[in-house]
Amino acid sequence: MRRLISLLLLLIVALGIFLCFSGASFGAEGASRAGKLTEDKVNFGRRYASRGLEENKAGNIVASVVVNYRGFDTLGEVTVLFIAAVGLAAILHARREEATPSKAEPASLIVFTGCRFLFPLILLLGAYIFIHGHLTPGGGFQGGAVVASGFLLIYLGCRGRGLRSAGVAVAESLSGLAFLAVALVGLAVGGSFLLNFLPKGSAFALFSGGVIPLIYVAIGFKVGSELGGIIDNLSGEAR
Amino acid sequence: MSFLSSYIHYIGCFSLILIGLYVVLVKPNLIKVIIGINLMGTGVNLFLVTVGYIHAGTAPIFSEAAQQPEGMVDPVPQALVLTAIVIGVAVLALALSLAIRVYDHYGTLDLRKIKALRW
Repeated sequence: MRRLISLLLLLIVALGIFLCFSGASFGAEGASRAGKLTEDKVNFGRRYASRGLEENKAGNIVASVVVNYRGFDTLGEVTVLFIAAVGLAAILHARREEATPSKAEPASLIVFTGCRFLFPLILLLGAYIFIHGHLTPGGGFQGGAVVASGFLLIYLGCRGRGLRSAGVAVAESLSGLAFLAVALVGLAVGGSFLLNFLPKGSAFALFSGGVIPLIYVAIGFKVGSELGGIIDNLSGEAR
Repeated sequence: MSFLSSYIHYIGCFSLILIGLYVVLVKPNLIKVIIGINLMGTGVNLFLVTVGYIHAGTAPIFSEAAQQPEGMVDPVPQALVLTAIVIGVAVLALALSLAIRVYDHYGTLDLRKIKALRW
């Protein structure tokens, strides 16, 4: 009975979606069909792609959009991530006090040594991804996720080792403050929030793009420490 | 047939959303409901990327100055989805922690057995 009702509801939703989108010509292809690709004000994605390189000197246009053009959105999204991490810590906090320390079996020597060998390499890969975020595919969010996967490996392979929650809190707060500080310096120097105030250098060099690499490194630290803290809380062995 | 081949990506992402909705509506297990919510989120992310796609387009990344921006896909949906994926992971972790607390309190993850949610 419940299945039938659900399928009926799904059918209605699918029909509604189809009716909504069958008549619309949307997205980049729709815009090109309507001949609006040359009008920068209409198609701002096209404008970012064609002018982003000379305006920000950053090869990765997605990084340019995330950190510079839509930097305010990114600040909000980092805040959402922070609130989710804080909420998770608050929900699991009461549980941890009554929980007895779990007596997990230690991993075998091969797994333990392999994890200890791979962990610095994973951190290096993550740092590479977020430092080169303005040049190559990747950036702060992806690099931070890779760093957090390194912490996950430590929790799986090397029981008894893990993040110190004070260190996580410090890294998280400092990187969030660094993002805000860079944005506010832009406000003080040039009169607009998140202004790209630093010299932009020449495109395709490591030191290019003005504030984009700085903010991306801050985002990388923030995402890495927040996801690492989430793993720490969920694994239930936090100290 | 031409309808199917030209709109296959939209059909794919809306099927993901509908499959997720079906799982949310039908499955009694709380973990499966959370997986369904995540499937819906994946479908929405895929839809956003698909909207910005140009036929035979390349990634919006310049690797040399001579490269022309004409063949590049729209960078804005990619930037939105990039952050949305990471937030999706955090929200999934939040939902799973709520599921842990529900299991602590009721001793089951079956939504039919949890008194407050019986229907």
